[in-house]
Amino acid sequence: MAEYQNIFTQIQVRGPAYPGTPVADSDEPRGVATGFVHLLGRIGDAQIGPLYLGYSGVISLICGFIAIEIIGLNMAAQVNWSPVQFVRQLPWLALEPPPPAYGLHIPPLAQGGWWLMAGFFLTTAILAWWWRMYSRARALGLGTHTAWAFASAIWLYLVLGFIRPILMGSWGEAVPFGIFPHLDWTASFSLRYGNLFYNPFHMLSIAFLYGSALLFAMHGATILAVGRYGGEREIEQAVDRGTAAERAALFWRWTMGFNATFESWHRWGWWFAVLTPLVGGIGILLTGTVVDNWYLWGVKHGIAPGYPAVWGSVIDPSTLPGAPK
Amino acid sequence: MKSNLGFGFTFGAIGLVIAIFLAIAMIAGFERPPVQTAQGGYRGTGIDEIYNPRTLARLHAANVVPASLPQLPASGPKAGAVYKNVKVLGDLSVGEFTRLMASITTWVAPTQGCAYCHNTANMADDGLYTKVVARRMIQMTQHVNADWKQHVAATGVTCFTCHRGNPVPSQTWFSAQDQTHGALQADPGKNLVAPAAGDSSLPGDPFTPFLKDAANIRVQATTALPQGDAATIKNADWTYALMMHMSSALGVNCTYFHNTRSFGDWSQSTPQRVTAWYGIRMVRDLNADYLGPLTATFPQARRGPGGDVAKVNCATCHQGVYKPLFGVGMAAGFPELQAPSGGH
Repeated sequence: MAEYQNIFTQIQVRGPAYPGTPVADSDEPRGVATGFVHLLGRIGDAQIGPLYLGYSGVISLICGFIAIEIIGLNMAAQVNWSPVQFVRQLPWLALEPPPPAYGLHIPPLAQGGWWLMAGFFLTTAILAWWWRMYSRARALGLGTHTAWAFASAIWLYLVLGFIRPILMGSWGEAVPFGIFPHLDWTASFSLRYGNLFYNPFHMLSIAFLYGSALLFAMHGATILAVGRYGGEREIEQAVDRGTAAERAALFWRWTMGFNATFESWHRWGWWFAVLTPLVGGIGILLTGTVVDNWYLWGVKHGIAPGYPAVWGSVIDPSTLPGAPK
Repeated sequence: MKSNLGFGFTFGAIGLVIAIFLAIAMIAGFERPPVQTAQGGYRGTGIDEIYNPRTLARLHAANVVPASLPQLPASGPKAGAVYKNVKVLGDLSVGEFTRLMASITTWVAPTQGCAYCHNTANMADDGLYTKVVARRMIQMTQHVNADWKQHVAATGVTCFTCHRGNPVPSQTWFSAQDQTHGALQADPGKNLVAPAAGDSSLPGDPFTPFLKDAANIRVQATTALPQGDAATIKNADWTYALMMHMSSALGVNCTYFHNTRSFGDWSQSTPQRVTAWYGIRMVRDLNADYLGPLTATFPQARRGPGGDVAKVNCATCHQGVYKPLFGVGMAAGFPELQAPSGGH
C-alpha cells in the first residue's frame, strides 16, 4: 500500500485536471491542462499546464532562440562544422567578445560582432522573461518577490556583460559565451585584478551563497521532520501555530537557542539568495573601475597578513642592471 | 506492490547512470592514491609540492642518464688539422673529438648511427642538412652552458638533455595555424581543446607570443588602485596558458614558483621563479638566434604546417621533471661543450 514518506514519497500528487484559481485580470482565455506525467508526479504535481505564453513569452522564446542559434552556429563554425568535433569539444567552444582594441565600437561580425548581437538577443530574452514573471505574479494578485529575486541575478549578468564593460570602455572585458571559456574568464579576471578573494564583496557573496545552501538544508530538513504533524502547511502555521510549528521552533531553540518563525524564515532564505548575486555584482563592478589589484587593496586595509621571508629576499630579475629582455 | 517495483526500478536505473558517470569522472579526473605533499613555503601558505610515488618512479625510470665514455687526453694532433671541414671543434684533440662524435651518436641517433649526419663516403661533406644543424646545435649547447648559467647553473646541458636518443627531440613546438574555417568568427587562438595549456580552453599556442616573440607576460596590476595598467583579461588568458605549460613541463604546480595569493609579487615568490624567468629569456634567445635561422636548412617535412622550424619550450629539456634528468649533471664530463669555440 502506498504511504507518505518524508525523503522519497510514493504518493502521486495528482487530482482531476484543474485550470487554476479564477482571477479578474486574466488577459487571455485560460488554456486547459494538457495531461498528466507520472514521473513528474513523483517530484511535484503530475498535472501539465495550463501554460501562459503571452507577448513577453513569445518575445523571450524567439530572442532566446536567436541568441542560442548565434552562439551555437559560431561554435559549429569553430570546428569547421564537424558534428563529431562539435559534440566532443562543446564544453571548450565559445563565442568570444571583441578584441579590446575595438573598445566600445561596434566591431565587424567576425571580430565580436556576433558576440554583441547574441548578447543583445539574450538580454532581451531574459528581460522579457523577467516581465513575464512580474506580470504573471501581478495577474494572480501575488507579491512580486520572485521577479525581484530574478532581477538580482539579472543584475549580476548585466554587470558582467554590459555595465562593467561600458565603464571599462571595452567590450573585450566581458565574458565569452561558452562553458569552459566563461570559467577560464573568471580565473583570468581574478589573476588580472590581483586575486578576487581579497574583494570584500566577493567574500560577502560567498558567505551568502554558502549561507543560502545551509539555510535551504535547514529549512528542508525542518519541514520534512515536522511533516508528520502537518508542518508542510507552513503559511497556516505562521499565523496559527500548530504542534508542528511548536515542535520545529523548540527543536531549534534546544539546539541553538533561537528560532526563526514560520514566516520570518522565508525572509532569511529570500534575502540570502537575493544578496548573493547582488553583492557579487557590486564586487565585479568595482573591479578594474575602482580597484585594480584586490590583494594590494587588502594589504593597504590590513586584511592580508605578511609572512616571514623564508627564502630571503627574492628580487625581480628584470630590475637588475643588464638583465635580458 | 506493483508501484513499489516500478519505484525501485526507476531509482535503480537513475542510480546506475549516476554510478557510471561517477566512475568515468573518477578515471578521467582523479589520480589513485597515495598522494604525498612536501611543504615548501611558510606554514599556512599552501606552498606545497604534491607527488605520487608511482608517477615519480615512472619519471625516474624515464630519466636515466647514460654512462659517459671515458675522457681522453687533450694532447696529440688537433681534430682541425687531421680532419677537413671541422669548423667548431677544431681545437679538440683527435681523441676528444672522436669521443664527442661517438657520444653524440649515442645521444641523438643511436639506431641511425654516423650516417644520420655524415656522408660516410666523405665524412667532411656538408651535404646532409642534419650535419649543418648538428654543428649549430653544438654551438647552441656551448652557448647555453657558458651564457645562461642563471638558468642551467653548473649542471649544464648536453645534446642528451633534449634529444634522449631521438634524432628530433620529442617535445618541440610549431606555431599554431589560423583555425578559422567557418569564417563566422576570426580565430581568437583559444576556445578549443588546448593540450599546451593542460587541456583547458585557454589559448592553444602561448609559445609564439611568449617564447618566440617577447610579448609581455606580466598582466597583474602592481598598484591597488587603477593607475593606467592597460593589461586586459584576454592578456591574462595567454599568460595563464603559458603558466599551464610551465607547470606541466616541470611536473610542478603554481606554488613551486609563486605564493598564489599574489602571483605577481616577487618578494613572496620562490627563488625558483628567478631561475624560470631566466629560462624564458633563454628559450627566446635559442628560438631567435639558433633555431629560427635554421628554418631554410630543414627540409619541408621537418617543418611545421606554417613552414616554421621546430622550436624549444620548457618541456624540450624538462620533460615533466622540475630539473631535467633530476639534476644529474652530464655536461661537466664534456668540457668542450662548456664554452663557445670556433666558427660562425
